[in-house]
Amino acid sequence: MSAYDWLSEFAAMLSDDDPVLNPEHFTPLGPGRLYSIAVHDWDTCIRHAAFAGLRWAGLWADPVAAGVQCTTCFARGGDYLFLRTQIDSPSLGISSHAPYYPAADRMERHMHDLLGIVFLNHTNARRWTRHQAWPDDCFPLQPAFPAAGNAPGVTPPDSDYPFVLVQGAGVAEIPVGPVHAGIIEPGHFRFQAVGEEILAMEERLGYVHKGIEKIAAGRDAQGLVRLAGRVSGDTAVAHAWAACMAMEQAASVAVPPRANTLRAVLLERERVANHLGDIGAICNDVAFTFAYFQFSRLREQWLREQQQVFGHRLLMDRLIPGGVTADVDEAGVAALREGIRALRRELPGILPILDDHPSLEDRLIGTGVLSRDAAVRLGALGYVGRASGIDLDVRRDTPHAPYDGLELKVPVMQSGDVAARMKIRIEEIHASLVVMEQCLASLPSGDILAPWPAPAAGEGLGVVEGWRGETLAYVRFGSDGRVARYFPRDPSWFSWPALEHLIQGNIVPEFPVCNKSINGSYSGHDL
Amino acid sequence: MLRILNKLRKIGVVTEPLPHQAPTVLEEIGAQLRGEIGTQFSGSLAIRQVDAGSCNGCELEIHALNNPIYDIERFGIHFVASPRHADMLLVTGPVSRHMEAALRRTYEATPAPKLVIAVGDCGADGGEFGCSYASCGGVAEVIPVDAVIRGCPPPPERLMLGILEAIRHRR
Repeated sequence: MSAYDWLSEFAAMLSDDDPVLNPEHFTPLGPGRLYSIAVHDWDTCIRHAAFAGLRWAGLWADPVAAGVQCTTCFARGGDYLFLRTQIDSPSLGISSHAPYYPAADRMERHMHDLLGIVFLNHTNARRWTRHQAWPDDCFPLQPAFPAAGNAPGVTPPDSDYPFVLVQGAGVAEIPVGPVHAGIIEPGHFRFQAVGEEILAMEERLGYVHKGIEKIAAGRDAQGLVRLAGRVSGDTAVAHAWAACMAMEQAASVAVPPRANTLRAVLLERERVANHLGDIGAICNDVAFTFAYFQFSRLREQWLREQQQVFGHRLLMDRLIPGGVTADVDEAGVAALREGIRALRRELPGILPILDDHPSLEDRLIGTGVLSRDAAVRLGALGYVGRASGIDLDVRRDTPHAPYDGLELKVPVMQSGDVAARMKIRIEEIHASLVVMEQCLASLPSGDILAPWPAPAAGEGLGVVEGWRGETLAYVRFGSDGRVARYFPRDPSWFSWPALEHLIQGNIVPEFPVCNKSINGSYSGHDL
Repeated sequence: MLRILNKLRKIGVVTEPLPHQAPTVLEEIGAQLRGEIGTQFSGSLAIRQVDAGSCNGCELEIHALNNPIYDIERFGIHFVASPRHADMLLVTGPVSRHMEAALRRTYEATPAPKLVIAVGDCGADGGEFGCSYASCGGVAEVIPVDAVIRGCPPPPERLMLGILEAIRHRR
């Protein structure tokens, strides 16, 4: 099936006589196609997209002079379809995705809390990103709202959030967080349990909302990448690359081949670093500390190599618009190769122990199962999706340089349990090492940075396969050449609802390991 | 089991005499940490880490203190699950307005001497996120701070040095 040949069928589905969208009349956006549609066709499009089995991948709104522009993103295989419409005022409302795409529930509530957009037929009107830092009739992303806010003083706790209760004999409610017991990010989990069995768990996030979308506005391109690298500190490279890609598209800048290849090395290193840490942490959550110490040792070695070769342990600020900040010399390439070899030497000594350690199997196999159906319905991405049979990887399906010239193995499993999510990550480490070797073997010579012009007004969109999965960034430059709108869509928007779903029927003590096997980002989601 | 034992034997002790760049200086830091903790905290310093709005970068590096290479427990430092068990709060920022109340409550729940260290550039002054409708800025905007460890994020060695300086300064 060639790219976008499903689109004419989809367009035909939308209408019999009056065309909703003409497949030939599009504007390129990122790797996909952008179509403008009438606001009264919005609901039809969403409904038919769901019916046609398109994946929903994100939604953002942009306050413009004449109202609010809403853009939604669908995908099929490696094809991206963006639909855009405009409403004169946020309060006029627009149809919700949530009846068809349950994972849209929170992103729409986020848009309501920040922009005031009313989502018609949305069945869940509770606040989400807003706690008590601003009143419910003020909307921070509206241009008139000052970035500094207008409610100085102490912010009260958000203590009366209406959680969904389960009632019945013997049902206990267990509140957890926002300050958690470990060294992790804050968020609140509300369990409804009978004895140890979890009937339902509801997440309450938004605690680390830092106003990223608001404070992005007015920045120059370099300032935006610095911020993008801190959307989620464990995903510095993926978010920075997505933002760079979006801005480079908007400014029509071609990145030198050497810079692109180095970016891929950085992205794969970030993937390996996080997987090493998480595999150890998953084992630690079921008290198999041997693996925890082995993997945290490997991760530390890996981070030190990053410090030595790239100058930063977590690879922050290595990407800038137009290229990368630091070149890698021959000694650096040799060090990276040796790092890959060293990891390859180490893993065969540890992985077989994980494979047939009975007490580990006992805790991981069959725990926290996310069925393929649920994963599709919730739009699960990255290793969460791939462990549940969703064969999706931006690097292979929508390849950008340098992945268009690389061999990549994408592991997929079907069982959808914690064991599968751990196994997928192990396989992804192996695959990343192969990708890095190819990058280093064919590292192009030349510049690492293209000149960065003052961009004209325009927009762009970046898509990369970060370690958690498909990572999007939308950027629009205003006429002053500064950022007017930035929306980073972390894969965690999709993994948090998946966690709520897969935890049902498990026991409370299994929650930490289930949570770790998903490892959603709080910061990347709360923005 | 034999394979586990064999692996343990082969890897041996990887815990470092202390960080790689300047072993002598940092070996000394470790010894000094142990000494200070010995005299000031009867050999055991309990830390409660609080993420008050961080991007998670600082958490990753604080986590690394527990890996076998730094193994901070050997100096008597351990991370605890409740502020009620803590001598010290290690707070990363910026403090989001939505975490403001939780941070104040955590501080109130901590018994004396409740030392507070603001970690990272964001914990120091709001860093990349500054002050906004959603961010209070640095930790000191919300609770009293005894010491600051800068960096984005501060690597494990700098964290250890910062903790040492904070407890030494207290004397």
